[in-house]
Amino acid sequence: MTCAQTATPSGPAGADGNLLKGLDYSVLQQCMHCGMCLPACPTYVATLRERSSPRGRIAMMRAIADDRLEVSRTFAEEIYFCLGCLACVSACPAGVDYTTLFEHARAEVERSRVLAAPKRNIIRSLLVNTVFMSRRRLRTMGRAMRLYQRSGLQWLVRRGGLRYLLPRSLRQLEPLAPAISRRFTEAVFCRLYDRRNPPQPRFRVGLLVGCVQDLAFADTNLDTIYVLQQNGCHVAVPRAQECCGSLHAHNGELESARRLARANIDAFVPESLDAIITNAGGCGSHMKRYDHLLADDPDYADRARIWSARVKDIHEFLLEIGFRRPQSPPLQQRVTYHESCHLRHGQQVSAQPREILRSIPGVELVELNRADWCCGSAGIYNITQPEMAMQLLDQKMVDIQATGAHLVASANTGCNIQLECGRHRSGATVMVTHPVTLLAAAYRRETAR
Amino acid sequence: MSRTPQEPQSVSAGVKDLLPRLRSLLGKDRVLTEPEDLSVYAFDGTAMLHELPACVVLPESVDEVSGILSLASEGGVPVVPRGSGSGLSGGSVPSPGCIVLCLVRLNRIEAVDTDNLTMTVQAGVLTQAVADRAVAAGLFYPPDPGSIAISTIGGNVANNSGGLRGLKYGVTRDYVMALQVVLADGQVLETGSQCVKDVAGFGLKDLFIGSEGALGVITGITLRLTPPPASKKTLLALFDRMTDAADSISRIISRQIIPCTLEFLDRVTIECVEGYARIGLPLDCEAIVLMEADGHPAQVAEEAEEMARIASETGAREVRTASSEEEATRLAAARRTAFSALARLAPTVLLEDVTVPRSELARMVKFIQETGERHGVRVGTFGHMGDGNLHPTFLTNEREPEALRRAEQAMREVFTETIRLGGTITGEHGVGLAKKPYLQQQIGPVGMEVMRRLKSTFDPQGILNPGKVFD
Ligand SMILES: Cc1cc2nc3c(=O)[nH]c(=O)nc-3n(C[C@H](O)[C@H](O)[C@H](O)COP(=O)(O)OP(=O)(O)OC[C@H]3O[C@@H](n4cnc5c(N)ncnc54)[C@H](O)[C@@H]3O)c2cc1C
Ligand code: SF4
Ligand code: SF4
Repeated sequence: MTCAQTATPSGPAGADGNLLKGLDYSVLQQCMHCGMCLPACPTYVATLRERSSPRGRIAMMRAIADDRLEVSRTFAEEIYFCLGCLACVSACPAGVDYTTLFEHARAEVERSRVLAAPKRNIIRSLLVNTVFMSRRRLRTMGRAMRLYQRSGLQWLVRRGGLRYLLPRSLRQLEPLAPAISRRFTEAVFCRLYDRRNPPQPRFRVGLLVGCVQDLAFADTNLDTIYVLQQNGCHVAVPRAQECCGSLHAHNGELESARRLARANIDAFVPESLDAIITNAGGCGSHMKRYDHLLADDPDYADRARIWSARVKDIHEFLLEIGFRRPQSPPLQQRVTYHESCHLRHGQQVSAQPREILRSIPGVELVELNRADWCCGSAGIYNITQPEMAMQLLDQKMVDIQATGAHLVASANTGCNIQLECGRHRSGATVMVTHPVTLLAAAYRRETAR
Repeated sequence: MSRTPQEPQSVSAGVKDLLPRLRSLLGKDRVLTEPEDLSVYAFDGTAMLHELPACVVLPESVDEVSGILSLASEGGVPVVPRGSGSGLSGGSVPSPGCIVLCLVRLNRIEAVDTDNLTMTVQAGVLTQAVADRAVAAGLFYPPDPGSIAISTIGGNVANNSGGLRGLKYGVTRDYVMALQVVLADGQVLETGSQCVKDVAGFGLKDLFIGSEGALGVITGITLRLTPPPASKKTLLALFDRMTDAADSISRIISRQIIPCTLEFLDRVTIECVEGYARIGLPLDCEAIVLMEADGHPAQVAEEAEEMARIASETGAREVRTASSEEEATRLAAARRTAFSALARLAPTVLLEDVTVPRSELARMVKFIQETGERHGVRVGTFGHMGDGNLHPTFLTNEREPEALRRAEQAMREVFTETIRLGGTITGEHGVGLAKKPYLQQQIGPVGMEVMRRLKSTFDPQGILNPGKVFD
C-alpha cells in the first residue's frame, strides 16, 4: 500500500510553470475525498463516472501537482466537461475552494495547450480575448446582431433553408443568441435616470451593467436602477466599466480576467461607494473574488479587498438595507424561481430573491423541484458542450412546467438566455423574467394607482 | 499496511490479457484504463490510502458481474468491489493490479411490496433513494448512515453499516431479508427469502453481511421495511463538560430508555459543523447531545421528558426542543456532515470507529481527550453515543511525518484502551486496510483461523478484495 502523496510542496510557481503545481498545496489537500459532493454534481449524476465528479476532478488535479499524472487531453476535456456550477462548493462540508481549483485547472489546460487546435484557437481568441475584452466592441457587435434579428435575415436563417449554409457549430449556436435590446443601459440612464437620483441618498452605489446583460437585458438593468432609487440609493453607472471577467477566469484566461478587474476597480473607485451592485449571479460571484484574483498585485491587492467586500448582489443588498415592500394593488401571478448556480452556490444567496418575490402583492411563489440544479447555461458551456447543456435544459423545463407557473424568475444573464432557449425548444408558455423586474413593476403600479 | 511510497503497480499481465474480453462483455465505454480514470478510483473516503487499479469496470446487470468474475477467476486476477467509495476503512481501495468492480450502475429499484413490507433493489442504489422510495410507499427504512446521500445499499450491506437511528432500530443487518451474491467463480447465489422466518439450511446470507467484499459480490438485496413512526421529538442538550454528556447517555440507557437517536458532538466538531451548516449550533459549550424519540405520541412525550430530566440531572446547562420537523431535519443533516466538516481544520483527518460498552462512555471520552493532549494532537470526537460508538478524529497533516507519527501513536493507544474496556476497534466502518493490524488483538487466533477457513471456502483463489480485513 502506498502513501497518498509524497511530493514536496511546490514553490510559489511550479518549476515547469505548471499552474496546478504552483497552487498553494493546501487548497488541493483540503479535499478529504469523502464523496459528499457526488450527488450534487450534475455531470457525475449523468455519467456515474468518478472522473466526472468533483472528487475525481480534484484528485486528478492533485495527481498532476504530485507529478503522478500529466496534463493530458483527457484531463483537459474533463475539466471543460465540468459545468463550473459550484454545486459541489455548497455540498462540501470540508470547505474545499473548488472555484480556485477549477480556474487554475482551466488556466493550466490553456497554458499547456493540450487542446490547441487551429479552429478552437481562432474562436477563443476572437471571443474571449477580443470581443469580451471591450464593451465598445461588444456593443458594435450587438448592434449588428440586432440588425440581423430585426431585418428578417434571422427569419430567413431560422425558417428558410439558409441555416444549412452556416457551419454546424454556428448553426447550433444561432438559436441561443439572445434578442438584442433596443437601447443599452447607459444611454437611457443618462437621459432618464441620472436626474432621478435622490438628492440626499441613504447609500451611494455603482451598478455593473455587464457585457451580455447590457446587450440582452438592458431593461433589467434599468429596473435595477429604478428599484435602487426607490430605496433611496444614488446610482452611478460608470462609463469606463468593462465586462466583469468571469468568462475569462472560467475559460483559462486569468491574465485577461485580471486586466478587466483592474479596469473595473479604476472605473468604479470602490472607496467612494457603499456598494457595487450587480443583478447577474455569475458576475457577482466572480467580482466578489477580485481579492483572490489580484492578491499578488502590489498596486491593486488592497483596493481589490475593498472592492470584494463591497460587491453585493442586488437581492442581497435589498434585504440588507431593509427594502421597501411594494404597496401596489395585487396582480395575481404564479411565479417560480430558478436559482442561478453562481448566485446560489457561488454567493450563497438563496433566500433573498424568494423573499423579494414574496413581498410583491399578488405573487404566488411556487417552489421549483431541484431549483438549484444547473440549467446547463454555465457561462459558455451551452456553446462548448451542447449535448450535456441541452440535457440539463430539457430537465429544467420539465421541472418548470410541473409547477404550473406563468413566470419563471431567475437572476443571471446566462440562465435567462438559456431558459428563453428552453422555452422555444419545449414550446412552453412560461415567460422568463428577473425578480427585480417584477419588483420594479410592482413599484410602478403603486404610482399608476 | 506500510506507509512507504512505492511505484504505482503497472498493469499486470493477467489484466492485460483479460481486457479484450472485458471490452467485448461490457463495451469499451465501461472498461476504464486511462490513467486519468485509474487515478480517481485509487482511494475511498479513508485518509492516506492510495493504490492504482489496473482497470475499472462498470457492469449494469448481474449477468455482467458474473461474466466479469468468471473471467477474473480464470485469469487469477484480483477484484475489488466498490460502491460509492465512501468507506472509511479503505475497504474499496484497490489491491495492487486489481480490477475495480464498481456497482453504481446497478441502480434499479426492482420492487416495493407493500403487502409483505419489503423492497428489492440492486446493490448500486443509493441509500437515500431506498429511504425516499420507502417514504413514497408510506413505509420506513430506518438505517441512516451519515453518508446516506452517497453510500450504496450494497456498500451498507458489505459493511453492515449503522446510522443515527441504530440505537432503537438496529443496523443494516437487521433489515436484510435476502441477498443475490455473485461468487468468486461467477456463480450466482440467491440466499434468504421474503419470509419473516427462514431456517432452511445454514444462514448463508448473514455471512455476506459485513463481509467487506471479501466473500462475494452483492448484486441484489431484499430489504425489510417498517411502518413509519407516528410522531417524533428532537432535543438538543448542551453540556459544559464532555464527561457529563457521556454520563447522561449512560444513564439514559441504564434507565432503560431506548430512544431512536443519541448523538454526541464535542466542541471541536460543533465548531466545524456550524462553520459549514450555519444553523445556529451553540458555540460556547463543550459538548452537545442530539436526542430523538419517535413512536406513539404519548410514549414520545414521556421519553423526551425523561431524557431531558436525566440530562439536566447529569449537568446539562440547557435542553432545547426542536420547534419543527424542519429544524429537526436540519439538525440531523448537520450532524451527518461532522466527519467531513472536521477536515476544515486540518489537511489529514484520521478517524476511529471505536465502540465500548455504554457504561464506559465517560471513561472512554476522558481517555481520548487525555491521549490527544499527551501526544499534542488535536482531536474532535463525535459519534453514535447511544450505541457506545465513538468517532475520535485525529487532526494532522500527512506531509509532516513527526505530527503524523504522534497522531498514529495516539490512535494506537485508543485502540488498546478500547479492547481493555471490552469494546471493539470498529463498530460500523469495517476493518478494511485501516484496522487490519489490530484485528488479531481484537478477535484472537481462533477467530482469525475460522475467518481464514471461511475465506478459502468462498474464494479459494483469494481474488476477492485480497489484502483486506486480514492477510
Ligand atoms: C461523511 C461520512 C459519514 C459516514 N457515516 C457513516 C455512518 O454513520 N455509519 C456507517 O456505518 N458508516 C458511515 N460512513 C462510512 C461509509 O459510508 C459506509 O461504510 C458505507 O456503507 C459505504 O458505502 P459505499 O457504497 O461507499 O461503499 P464502498 O466504500 O465503495 O465500499 C465499502 C466496502 O464494501 C465493499 N463493497 C461495496 N459494495 C459491495 C458489493 N455490492 N458487494 C460486495 N462488497 C461491496 C467494498 O469492497 C468495501 O470493502 C460514513 C462515510 C462518510 C464519508
Ligand atoms: S470536495 Fe468536499 S465533499 Fe467532495 S469529496 Fe472533497 S471534501 Fe468531500
Ligand atoms: S462545478 Fe458543478 S459540474 Fe463541476 S465538479 Fe462542481 S458540481 Fe460538478
